[in-house]
Amino acid sequence: MRAPRWLDLPPAGAAVLALALFGAILAAAGKHPLQAYYDTATYVLASRQGFTELFVRMGPLVMTALAVAIPARVGLFNVGGEGQLYMGALFATGAALYAPLNGPLLLAATILAGFAGGALWALVPALMRIAGVANEAITTLLLNYVAPLAVAYQIFGPWRSPESSSYPQSHRIAEAARLPSLPTTRVHAGLAIAAACLALCVYVFNRTRWGLEMRAIGANRLAAAHLGLPVRTYLVVAMALGGGAAGLAGMAEVSAIQGRLVSEVSPGYGYMGFLVAWLAAGNVSRIVSMALLFAVISAVGDVLQITQRVPYAVVNILMAAILFSVLCVGPGARRR
Amino acid sequence: MTWTLVAATLAASVAAGTSLLYAALGETLGERAGIINLGVEGVMLVGAACACAVASSTGSPYLGMLAGAVAGVVASAPFAYAVVDRAANQLASGLSLLFLGFGASALIGNPFVGALIPPLPSVSLRMPLGEGAAAVRVDFLVAAALPLAGLVAWLLMGTRWGLRLRAVGENPVAAFAAGCNRRRLQYEALAIAGMLSGLAGAHVALGVAYTWAEFMTGGRGFIAIALVMFARWNAWWAVAGALLFGAAEAAQLQLQAGGVDVSPFLMNMAPYLLTLALLPFTGKAGRLAAPAALGRPYRGVE
Repeated sequence: MRAPRWLDLPPAGAAVLALALFGAILAAAGKHPLQAYYDTATYVLASRQGFTELFVRMGPLVMTALAVAIPARVGLFNVGGEGQLYMGALFATGAALYAPLNGPLLLAATILAGFAGGALWALVPALMRIAGVANEAITTLLLNYVAPLAVAYQIFGPWRSPESSSYPQSHRIAEAARLPSLPTTRVHAGLAIAAACLALCVYVFNRTRWGLEMRAIGANRLAAAHLGLPVRTYLVVAMALGGGAAGLAGMAEVSAIQGRLVSEVSPGYGYMGFLVAWLAAGNVSRIVSMALLFAVISAVGDVLQITQRVPYAVVNILMAAILFSVLCVGPGARRR
Repeated sequence: MTWTLVAATLAASVAAGTSLLYAALGETLGERAGIINLGVEGVMLVGAACACAVASSTGSPYLGMLAGAVAGVVASAPFAYAVVDRAANQLASGLSLLFLGFGASALIGNPFVGALIPPLPSVSLRMPLGEGAAAVRVDFLVAAALPLAGLVAWLLMGTRWGLRLRAVGENPVAAFAAGCNRRRLQYEALAIAGMLSGLAGAHVALGVAYTWAEFMTGGRGFIAIALVMFARWNAWWAVAGALLFGAAEAAQLQLQAGGVDVSPFLMNMAPYLLTLALLPFTGKAGRLAAPAALGRPYRGVE
């Protein structure tokens, strides 16, 4: 069956449709969607805190989107950004607390450890994939549930700070291990790291042999192998780099925002990053605009939680509505 | 480990395995029709939330169970439309369904946080092992689980409908040429799968937890998907797999109750790690059992 032509909306139309759908669902639940959208607009555009918070959120969203986009380049599905982010946060905290270093070296070790944590967590699914034993989509998803447990184990156990009796968290990390922030805001150097990583990806993807070879592998793995490309190495490295990107996002949450390891490192950045990358559809520079869109969506979630006492998780409906709109009615749906 | 502990673990693994089995049987049907649905977890959550909401407001757990089944079908509808009619990427559509489930269940369940949920009535069957109080709680969904597995196996392997469904999952173009209605078969498979996932969520709510909590199904939907691969797309093997994975969850609860001094967070990892560890043993023959057109959008004429 062919869907009717009027369903072929431009992307902006899909977004409006999604907002309308979400509004209808909220209204059906007895909430006030128009008020929520209005509150979000004023919070984001007219308040200093709301506006700067967008940039706080865009950093991790860009990084977790890269965690998906880099493996996607070679045809792998990394749905484990959330777990990789938690592992990055865990490793970074470990380095910040226990590495026998001082000054900038300690910060460097923290950043590297964050990257390594995420990369290692992505390595398991990558190796299982090239060994041909399991699809990476399902293994990365399963590992999302393990990483937060590892974090919880550390902050309830060995790393628990004695000053926190009711709300478990780790010891504070040293000042030297903190990423710098802009004065009087929560905007931090993680955003600069994200911008640098994004620029590096754009350069590598479009201007280097590696980028070309990755695209060849993503387009036709068998043909690439016959050309003599080291396909397995590319698959593993791409996955590990992706995991490392998500790990850096976790590192920044610990090092810049919290200053210690807490149980809720991320409000689902890993999952949102998947959607950001998916909507950017392989176009790395579009990740920026999509990350901004999702930063705004998560602001909708905050506003709903605060003003209308709706659980934050409800904002997931809006994300699903946007995705389904794009999948079902956008021009992408007719990609053949 | 004493026999009493073993008996208690076995008893608990039935309860834990039931929801896994329902979700896995549904996913088996869908995957046999060529559609992989990563959103099972989301559908289970919606099923659980609706079951809680209806059971709590009407006082009838059976109505709650029914609501869970209906909600599962309704929640799966956008996914089905995207993958069957719009040839959308199945993995991305499944994740969208996952998000829909996260959000919708949080919205539906919110008024019922901490509410008293009437559990499904059950009889206790004493375990023949050990002398403790180990007993299997058999409620309606537990009792129906084995017959259901038989029904799904018969539907798939013993009926003309099942033959056509498998044909669509193996080679939709050839199936179309042979006169199978791909759209209809896939919608039917996904509707049944949605219903079973909804029931799986309902059992978590009404048969195990007796309460609503956000994200309460805790990744069981993903374990169910891995279970389908592990069971080689076979309904009877899914029963064995569900018991095994249920035992991993139950063992951890029993060890905690038995006062074993291991961090609960480490033990909570057990079901996921076991799933990962067992996936390689699906083996080459197992991977060849996968429906040939699994995950591929239909690009033929109709």
